[in-house]
Amino acid sequence: MMKERDLIIVGGGPAGMAAALSAYEHGVQDILLLERDQFLGGILNQCVHTGFGLNYFKEVLAGPEYADRFMKRVIAIKEIEVSLKSFVIKLSQKKEITFLKPGKISEVKAKAVILATGCRERTREMAHIAGTRPAGIFPAGLAQKLINIEGLIPGNEAVIVGSGDIGLIMARRLTLEGSKVKAVIEIQKKSKGLQRNIVQCLEDFGIPLYLSHKIARIHGADRVSKVDVVQVDDNFKEVPNTSFSIGCDTVLISAGLIPENELAEMAGVDMDRKTNTPLSKEQNKTSVDGIFVCGNACQIYDLVDWVTKDSLLAGKQAAEYIKRIK
Amino acid sequence: MHDIIIIGGGVVGTAIARELSKYRLKIAILEKEVEIAFGVSKSNSGIIHPGTQNKSNSLKGKLCVEGNKLVRKLAKKLGIDFKEVGQLIVAFNQEEIERLKEIKKEGELLGIKKMKIVFRPWLAVNEPNLNPEIIAALLVPSAGIISPYRMAYDLSENAAKNGVEIYTDCEVTNIKKDKYFEIESKLGVFSSRYIINAAGLFADDIARMAGIKDIKIKPRKGQEFLLDKKKENITNHLIFPLPSQTSKGTLVIKTSDGNPMIGPTAEEVEDKYDLSTDESGLAQVISSVKRLVPSINPKDIIAYFAGLRPVSGEDFIIREEKSVKRFINVAGIQSPGLTAAPAIALYVSKLLKTSGLKFKRKLNFKPFRRKTIHLFQSDKKLMKKIISKNKAFGDIVCRCELVSRAEIEAAIERGAKTMDGIKFRTRAQSGRCHGGFCTTRIMRILSEKLNIPLNEISKRGGKSGIVVKERG
Repeated sequence: MMKERDLIIVGGGPAGMAAALSAYEHGVQDILLLERDQFLGGILNQCVHTGFGLNYFKEVLAGPEYADRFMKRVIAIKEIEVSLKSFVIKLSQKKEITFLKPGKISEVKAKAVILATGCRERTREMAHIAGTRPAGIFPAGLAQKLINIEGLIPGNEAVIVGSGDIGLIMARRLTLEGSKVKAVIEIQKKSKGLQRNIVQCLEDFGIPLYLSHKIARIHGADRVSKVDVVQVDDNFKEVPNTSFSIGCDTVLISAGLIPENELAEMAGVDMDRKTNTPLSKEQNKTSVDGIFVCGNACQIYDLVDWVTKDSLLAGKQAAEYIKRIK
Repeated sequence: MHDIIIIGGGVVGTAIARELSKYRLKIAILEKEVEIAFGVSKSNSGIIHPGTQNKSNSLKGKLCVEGNKLVRKLAKKLGIDFKEVGQLIVAFNQEEIERLKEIKKEGELLGIKKMKIVFRPWLAVNEPNLNPEIIAALLVPSAGIISPYRMAYDLSENAAKNGVEIYTDCEVTNIKKDKYFEIESKLGVFSSRYIINAAGLFADDIARMAGIKDIKIKPRKGQEFLLDKKKENITNHLIFPLPSQTSKGTLVIKTSDGNPMIGPTAEEVEDKYDLSTDESGLAQVISSVKRLVPSINPKDIIAYFAGLRPVSGEDFIIREEKSVKRFINVAGIQSPGLTAAPAIALYVSKLLKTSGLKFKRKLNFKPFRRKTIHLFQSDKKLMKKIISKNKAFGDIVCRCELVSRAEIEAAIERGAKTMDGIKFRTRAQSGRCHGGFCTTRIMRILSEKLNIPLNEISKRGGKSGIVVKERG
């Protein structure tokens, strides 16, 4: 017989932690929180900049501080079992979960499941950027991890593709570490990033932002040597005779985030193919009863504060669902 | 003094080395790149061709048909995954059906078995996503798929186990001949009685060092685009259009790891290092394959790359040079070189015998290699077993492709030194997130196992460092 738990939450980032706390507060007494990394906190751990919590805590916190407030509470509650280094390989429609840990493969069934699996970055490949494939091309979040967690400098001279918040924050981060950010290239007419980030991360450091431009080609054999940049029109077509090159050894890609819902898909949840999120009539619910989705897996949020709010709701919904089926 | 030096550690060089390692000979492979299979072999389609689309009197055709049979045996012995998926060459009209008949006839002359022309009703059942305008196809059941780099790695590993010395990052810079050859390289001077030139794109440069001037390698670029694994079953066979003069056309390919691949283009280029992809290549591939399988969507592309075919005329050039005795050229090995590799190895072995080299069988030759374990190919029962034996199999590093720490450590023990070496051996970093999540973890494992600092980890050797320095 497979062991049965009331609630299993996949993902121990801000979404999973908030969902666990909320479910507990709404009466769930048996919660298993599965986190694939060796720590709770998810991506917040590498976000050493401030600006987190303004809305939820009415305070300005760094990413790890924001995560820490939830972590302390989660760990203090014995009804929430945290299992680290636990990687879910299978989720079925019947809410059976198979997960791996060093030295162990486990199967467990849940009354309700909350997927708090976050998102991944769009890659250079998905943006279809032409050219060679040298070293020195990074998703912006990976560059952030290299600097803030591993203490490594990804490059000396960088061009950043995309002016979303991660791109902007990384422009500042690289500059502060002594690397030269030569340009931020944005294909849209306007930046998707927060205004405060445009001012604090680019303008304050004199980093040029090229709107309605794209990288036409990446050059370099072993390591990036330069990029060709070209202006685009309203239909994103290249404008003739506007091409110019920028010498650099690094290209950061910050071209958007994709919700990670491979587990939901595996469980047979109806998906919106365009956004890679579960189709649902009601926030956080999916087409499979008892499988909930929250945080960035549900939709991409600008602020972690909104992730928290969304996930608190998911925790409550899961608690109500478990009560109802008991 | 070596008996034989093989220049080039691609699939051809390693297949020759493995074949010759059956005999009591002192053999070494000299590879220019930092790892085996980092040249032409790494960007191969992985198709084991049946031999069709070759002239019946060509060396290529003969070695391809023979290679197709040998690869299966080799795959079993060395634990390489081989799948016989079959191929369909499609026809849109009666005129094209006539061409299928010609291809079939030519194939029969080469000894290809079980070919048959199938029509719309068969296609509707067995290949439902095919363009309904395709009215018939030549079914060639003996076509298969294999991982090209894993084939080279497994061959080289087994060769090494049988005594072949393998030197990587060892570019050959000059060749002198007196009574024997003196080969100057980045790692010093090697002397050898025989040279086998399997240097792929650079076979002409190596030949020239030995005074052979009539070989010219012209790179022909092929851009390939990989689709998400979710689309694994978009076709059941390898789908080919009718071949053109220069290539087998743009295909819908099944790969041994599951991701369908579309391509390649065929573009003559000058630069032997031009591995760039471009929008026109993508547009050409998409329009060609949509004609075969209309539901293919560019949105499903998760990766792309370009490879260069080392073309030298129409056929393979495999010969002992009359002007430079004991120098054997194995040049112009473009498609179907992967399939033909084991047959090329036998052919070279015969050339050596004819040339007077004495072959004595090794009594302790080890023909088998234990199959590399990949978690992503294992069922629950097998997972349970391997995780209980080695905890690190339960420690997932690459989540998109389900690669554990145990597999990455094993790859390093088997010779991986770089991020690409890990990728080709294990698939880590080759999924949807493209290493976004696992790069730092793999760097750490490489750093620990190879005892080198994190800032010296490279993508593929040379100046391809992942990062530039540590934070000050």
